[in-house]
Amino acid sequence: MRNQKCKGMQDWLPEDMLRFRHIEDVFRICCRNWGYQEVRTPTLEYLHLFTATGTLTPGMLSKVYSFLDWDGWSGERVVLRPDGTIPVARLYIDSLSGQKLARLFYVTNIFAFEGTGKENRERWQCGAEFFGGAKPAADVEVILLAEEVICKLGLSNVGLQLSHAGLVKALLKEFKVSPAEEAKMVSRILEGDWQALTKAKSPNPETDRLIAALLGLKGKSSSFLHNVKASFPKASRDFKSSLEDFISIATLLDNQSCCYKIDIAAMHGFEYYTGVCFQFLAAGEKIGGGGRYDNLVPLMNGENIPACGFALYVDPIMKLLPLEKEKKGKSGILVKGREATPEIIKKCFAVAESLRDAGHPAELNFTGREESSYRWVVSVSGKEPSPFVLKDCIQKRRREVASVAEILKVVSEE
Amino acid sequence: MKDCQVGYIKVALPKGRFLSPTARLLAETDLGFGGYSDRTKQYRLCSTRFPNLAAKILQEKDIPIQVAVGNYDLGICGLDWIEEFVVKYPAGALVKISSLNYGEGGIYAVASAQGGIASLEELSARRNDCRIVSEYPNLAEALALNLRMRRFRIFPVWGAAEAYPPENADLAVLWGKSGAQLVARGLIPLKKLLPVTAFLIANRESLENKDLSQILACFGSKLTAEPPTSIENELDSFKKQKIARPSWPAREINLALPDGHQQAPTAQFLRRAGLALQGYSEEVASRRPSADLDWLGIKVIRPQDMPLQVANGNFDLAITGEDWLLEHLYRFPSSPVKKLFALGFGTVKVVAAVSQEKMPVNNIDELRSLVQSSPDYIGVPLKVASEYINIADKYLRDNRISPYKLIPTWGASEAFLPEDADMLIDNTQTGKTLKEHNLKIIDVLFQSSACLIANKNSLRSSDKKEKVGFVTRKLRAGLS
Repeated sequence: MRNQKCKGMQDWLPEDMLRFRHIEDVFRICCRNWGYQEVRTPTLEYLHLFTATGTLTPGMLSKVYSFLDWDGWSGERVVLRPDGTIPVARLYIDSLSGQKLARLFYVTNIFAFEGTGKENRERWQCGAEFFGGAKPAADVEVILLAEEVICKLGLSNVGLQLSHAGLVKALLKEFKVSPAEEAKMVSRILEGDWQALTKAKSPNPETDRLIAALLGLKGKSSSFLHNVKASFPKASRDFKSSLEDFISIATLLDNQSCCYKIDIAAMHGFEYYTGVCFQFLAAGEKIGGGGRYDNLVPLMNGENIPACGFALYVDPIMKLLPLEKEKKGKSGILVKGREATPEIIKKCFAVAESLRDAGHPAELNFTGREESSYRWVVSVSGKEPSPFVLKDCIQKRRREVASVAEILKVVSEE
Repeated sequence: MKDCQVGYIKVALPKGRFLSPTARLLAETDLGFGGYSDRTKQYRLCSTRFPNLAAKILQEKDIPIQVAVGNYDLGICGLDWIEEFVVKYPAGALVKISSLNYGEGGIYAVASAQGGIASLEELSARRNDCRIVSEYPNLAEALALNLRMRRFRIFPVWGAAEAYPPENADLAVLWGKSGAQLVARGLIPLKKLLPVTAFLIANRESLENKDLSQILACFGSKLTAEPPTSIENELDSFKKQKIARPSWPAREINLALPDGHQQAPTAQFLRRAGLALQGYSEEVASRRPSADLDWLGIKVIRPQDMPLQVANGNFDLAITGEDWLLEHLYRFPSSPVKKLFALGFGTVKVVAAVSQEKMPVNNIDELRSLVQSSPDYIGVPLKVASEYINIADKYLRDNRISPYKLIPTWGASEAFLPEDADMLIDNTQTGKTLKEHNLKIIDVLFQSSACLIANKNSLRSSDKKEKVGFVTRKLRAGLS
């Protein structure tokens, strides 16, 4: 039989769904506890939401699933949601901009084409966005929230890396190239090519010294950023103000005993970040990331509202979570009919209903096969005076039972 | 002929613009494709030198995809069609082996000299959307994305892209002989995207696994690195070009008339209807003929493109084929395009046909039974070649043919059967060509003739309905 699944798409089996729901539940509970409210955006959005400078890079845009809808005669293209943040920003502008502060979260799938078809083209993420949150407290809030989710999921050895988009953009300004050239350098950097910075010689040797230091050193506390500030007194004003912002956030994180590594290269993929950005790594894989994006809402014709947020990537996290077996063996009850006559089937449904009403999951079976993974098995023969046989699968004992009430009494004693 | 079909190495050769230079090249390479010339009526060629080598003559546009899917090991076609394919499917199975160093002109992004647009940067900074018309929709989209245009719409067209700016598009991405030649046509070349030279291309898997060396060796020194091109400098001379402010006379009502085969019968019809036009007859082919009515704007474009152009409001009325209207409406059911009446000429039948040798069936029901029961077909998609992909799609769905794969073509679908497709859905006037290729018509989907179509909003608009009514009445009078 040929595999009929679409290339790059995946099925989730029951045990995958258990892990997915576990991640989702932990994420939802944490978000609610911090005052975030859940939203959901449509799978289709207009392409133009994602094309302006400051949204997605051309590299990412070349991988979106875009097409003409049934009413696409106007030439307006739509896309399968390629990113979680931009649609939520649109939702905020469309419906919630009356609230100056909005804490929103979502669990969603995003689509990106991947040429080989060996990796997922549909990926899931859990994201939270904080609109109107002023820095530096809001930046720290989203980082701590993400950390809490990761911690409650029981993931260990997760590294947090911090960078700052404002610093990187201030550095690029020093190269004094045309806006088009600068945009190209940003794209290369966001696609992970930091050589773009070291290869391009800036007109100012001081900038080269700064770049070498920032790319070469990885700090572990706000002290590092203070050292950078002291070592480069001649840095540009933009650079200094971004550095101050970065220092204030790092200091707050130090106060919270939050461990991190400052790595200027820890900025990946998204053009909309303007301030601090961060990513979480576990077992060499990125499992989440986020940052501040103050220009996105105004760029999308919204008010001048600052914002920050993060997303956790469900697919790599699922691989890291221990396999959770469904706890069927402990509490499940199988109700089986000795024969599939109308009377016995009717009785079986009635027994199962009573069990479920009393809060016991009950499964029906008429095939005669007995599954060993249940806690109890009720056989329904319909023969008086004891129409039921109740089997205790742990104690390996059978007993004849006269009524449903008696079954309930025995299984409830557990 | 039989031997040809089981040919071990298959080459796709171009029709059209590159046929003559490619024929000259092949004569020098001594591959034994003597039959490949302007006069050939054949689609299939066998090498007289290599018994395991066969070739097929295809539309140039079709060659990159046919090589990529592995129907052909090698192909020769222009860089423009290769890039149009590769820009959308970069991980595809297409390998450029070498430039063949002939070809002409390039692909340019152009605006109209009347459009008031002086640079691409200016367009990308605009807040309202940019309309780009092109035969190369993928290249046009890549251009828009790279320019970070905030908002854009791509109008893919079958041809006549130069006729659209400035009224109906801001930008066209099209082939031009040179910057100077485009300027002479009233266009401003803003950027040269790529030079159009012929390339030898290969299917990646064939190149990696199959011995093509004997064939490649025949090309010998013809295979060289791509010649360097000075794309940027060429256009510098046009930078000083005067950009006129938008000054074309806006017309109240816009009518689109067909070029190509439909032009002569349409011109006759208009004469009969008493609509006097300058620049639209059997002999003269202007893109912008004029009428005695100063409020009527007329453009000559491809009939295939008309329904979409009427839907998006670029034209109020158009003369096209019922086939192309249906093709459009199947794709966009909510489109505001409506047929007013048939004009009674240009009648064709849209038919489904199969190769008689390969598929011994007489109708679509027998075809369905065959694909459901024959071990050769179970689970293997039926390959259907068609110019009308939406009509074909609906026909196959309605007739419960499953699974199937559509192969979009640009006319001459009969060339695909029997090797590269199992069935075609195409138009035919007499059925003669199909018969010549040993194909059997198993179904007539519908009959199609020229018709007048209109934008429903124009028919309702209080500003337009009177004048639209006037033109409509005039054309109705031409019905004999």
